Amino acid sequence: MEVTVTVNGVEYRRETEPRRLLVDFIRTDLGLTGTHIGCDTTSCGACTVLLDGVPVKSCTMFAVQANGHELTTVEGLRRDGELSPVQAAFKEHHGLQCGFCTPGMMLVATALLGANPDPTEDEVRWALSGNICRCTGYANIVKAIQSAAATMHEGVRA
Amino acid sequence: MTTTHQPTTPFDMGGIGHSVRRKEDDRFIQGAGRYLDDIQLPGMLHMAILRSPIAHGRILSIDASEAEAMDGVVAVVTGEMLAAHDLAWMPTLSGDTQAVLATDKVRYQGQEVAAVIATDPYIARDAVSAIFVDYEELPAITSPQQALEEGAVLIRDEKEGQTDNVAYTWEAGDREATDEAFAKADLVVTLDTHYPRSHPAPLETCGVVADVDPATGEATIYLTSQAPHAHRTLFAIVAGLPEEKIRIISPDIGGGFGNKVPIYPGYVVATAASLLIGKPVKWVESRSENLISTGFARDFHMHGELALTADGKILGLRASILSDQGAFYADAQPTRFRAGLFHICTGSYDFGAAHVAAKGAFTNKAPGGVAYRCSFRVTEASYLIERLVQNAAYELGMDPAEFRMKNFIRPEQFPYLSPTGFVYDSGDYHTALRKAMEMIDYEGWRRRQREPHPEGKLIGIGIASFTEVVGAGNSRTYDIAGLKMIDSAELRIHPTGKAILKLGVKSQGQGHETTFAQIVAEELGIPFSDVKVQEGDTDNTPYGLGTYASRSTPVAGAATAVVARQIREKARRLAAHLLEASPDDLEWEPGRFFVKGVPDKGVTIQEIAFAAYTDFPEDMEAGLEGVHYYDPPNMTYPFGSYIVVVEVDPEDGTWKVLDMVAVDDCGVRINPMIVEGQITGGLTEGFAKANMQWITFDENGNCIGSNFLDYLVPTAWETPRFRLGETVTPSPHHPIGAKGVGESATVGSPAAYVNAVIDALWSKGVRNIDMPVLPHRVWGALNGVEVAP
Ligand code: FES
Ligand code: FES
Repeated sequence: MEVTVTVNGVEYRRETEPRRLLVDFIRTDLGLTGTHIGCDTTSCGACTVLLDGVPVKSCTMFAVQANGHELTTVEGLRRDGELSPVQAAFKEHHGLQCGFCTPGMMLVATALLGANPDPTEDEVRWALSGNICRCTGYANIVKAIQSAAATMHEGVRA
Repeated sequence: MTTTHQPTTPFDMGGIGHSVRRKEDDRFIQGAGRYLDDIQLPGMLHMAILRSPIAHGRILSIDASEAEAMDGVVAVVTGEMLAAHDLAWMPTLSGDTQAVLATDKVRYQGQEVAAVIATDPYIARDAVSAIFVDYEELPAITSPQQALEEGAVLIRDEKEGQTDNVAYTWEAGDREATDEAFAKADLVVTLDTHYPRSHPAPLETCGVVADVDPATGEATIYLTSQAPHAHRTLFAIVAGLPEEKIRIISPDIGGGFGNKVPIYPGYVVATAASLLIGKPVKWVESRSENLISTGFARDFHMHGELALTADGKILGLRASILSDQGAFYADAQPTRFRAGLFHICTGSYDFGAAHVAAKGAFTNKAPGGVAYRCSFRVTEASYLIERLVQNAAYELGMDPAEFRMKNFIRPEQFPYLSPTGFVYDSGDYHTALRKAMEMIDYEGWRRRQREPHPEGKLIGIGIASFTEVVGAGNSRTYDIAGLKMIDSAELRIHPTGKAILKLGVKSQGQGHETTFAQIVAEELGIPFSDVKVQEGDTDNTPYGLGTYASRSTPVAGAATAVVARQIREKARRLAAHLLEASPDDLEWEPGRFFVKGVPDKGVTIQEIAFAAYTDFPEDMEAGLEGVHYYDPPNMTYPFGSYIVVVEVDPEDGTWKVLDMVAVDDCGVRINPMIVEGQITGGLTEGFAKANMQWITFDENGNCIGSNFLDYLVPTAWETPRFRLGETVTPSPHHPIGAKGVGESATVGSPAAYVNAVIDALWSKGVRNIDMPVLPHRVWGALNGVEVAP
């Protein structure tokens, strides 16, 4: 089957098997390996991408279901040569250790801050509850996201 | 003991004590990390493994004809084919053998039976389901107690001389002296508890890309490896390949926690397949495969007894352990110690006698026994003593904090020889506990605990004052499979004053690229950002035993400091040449030598580095580099005191953490931000084990906990908030006074959580609940009702 998707602003047209998972399509067919695989039960969120701005677990969708949609992966977070506020905050607040969960975490955070520019700690933690991190204990991830929210406010005010 | 370490370098230079941001993060936050599954090689084939659906059975036949006929299938590999190359069995890290692909019997659910090599991973998995295996089922043994029963079916019938299901027996300490201590006791307190089977479950599973060049026979093996050099040597031994033709490359690792220390059957099969087929072969396990078959941790059934005087002194400890080893004895641990370093179980306390007796049993479960964020069973040891100590205090009518204070090893007793033979290098346990008590307002919580709760909830306060032993070896005592537990560092200063540091250890998220560069910055004054740290490629790094058991900072960190100091001595001679002064007349400040008393007359390390290649004395060798192999004089002994306050709901048995403080003393902290990150992660893992995370089996040996729906790991939502504190007692024998910290919190915290729950329930007669402290277990204990596990 033919699939046309726009990923990080670039349109791709590819032949794919109907059963091919979106995560494999992104990682192998498009070569965007920043999206990771951490489980086989839709539990970990390492594979999270944004589908029309909404976080989805790309291990739990077929590539063909993304036909005609817009995807954002971690590779698309950087804009105009600059790290996004979420990316910068993850580094600044030591929100990552091994980095394996990080793309998924940052994409969830990006979507959250798009919908809720000033989330409470509980709101951040709830938004992250579909994503597993085995290294950090989450505290610095939460801190990073709240700090990114503050930075984005300043950006708006400036 | 001081409260913090004051940096001696400017922040931008990034020496010891600065929370500089991590150098490795730039690639990770842009999705540019390169993990194993990201590797694509031209012509690469994919492997999938057929696993046993049953726990114990004889293989009658394997029919792979349908699989072999499928489009895209290149080969189906069975144990018999491997046996023809003498590869059906491989040695484990504990001197046992393990089946690579089963030939005679399957011995646990999930055991490797056959492998498919195909052009595409989807096809490989399709073909796996087209292989038909006939089994004759045998009774499954699902506990070590059952394994040792008279007439139990023999699991390891292939093993010469093996007539029962005993994997090992071992003891430590002094039995007679301990018996004497118990004879004098006014009171003996006992505890029986099971530290359940757990799994490190790093978010990235294990995998390999084996690339054997058919023309040269050279094998490049990309491996999720915490110990690439040791793995190269073991591969050479297992596969009979010449070691110079093996290159292990451990790429970015998505967490390890001990899971990536052993060699797994999949690695061997993929390498053999690449060798035979002449193409690269990739195998990446699924999460289910990871949880069901690779290195589990813990699974210790522990019995402990403390001999006490009526006025609250400990006289002695007796511990006996029955460990569930699974079907093969594959603990990753130093050769001499059959139950790891469990004999550190006298913990932070000063008493005269201890005896540990350990026995391991084969069961129909996956093999492993890896040190999951732990230095070889120190987690189990710490758990037992910290639980016993609390129960002892209650039985004596004492406050558990007061009881600990009374029995702690005192600061002036260090170095302290423990009754089981460890020499604790340093410690100040009283100060750490006092600090934790102040931080959490211990007395305040004790008062609140006594007041009636408006909703009938029960408040509990739990302490753990742990001591770890990490940083193996020395080489006299510690080896794995004969390889001495040293580590090394090679440091080269380039002409422009930048540097590359090459290490035999391997980061899995600990931040080595930053931390180790900071040690160089401290010793040589080269900004940490100018020091590239290279690890993981055995062709381009010096030998080392790898990263586990909190040994990178204690061993490789020491090697780095020593080699940097050697280079600084050569730099002194170069500086003397440049300044036309005597080396003895020079003084060092971070990044610069100058003539004593004439601070203006000096040269920077960068100028010296340039001179090492452009203007060196005739009698001096060119260049500015060195390599050092560090053999630690002793282990290091990080410690800490953790206090948890919980609220238990007696209605439904749930409990939640109201507050937790963790005071850690890991000696000098190289990068406090990274250290606190390690501690926070470890406290979360400790909480996981106390609250939800375990692997169990039904009576047929079916694994329960083989995916993230059954094996519960905490998300941001369940994870408690922690408050951290520190004391600093530098290790006296480590060049920079550091002790290692990656595991302290996982080792120390489980007992604190469980102690808190037991504290809440003590007055109701509850003496023990095994981990994980699940709501129905709490409810059952409170109501005196036997509940399902
Ligand atoms: S890989 Fe998609 S949720 Fe785990
Ligand atoms: S940083 Fe390793 S899983 Fe989150």
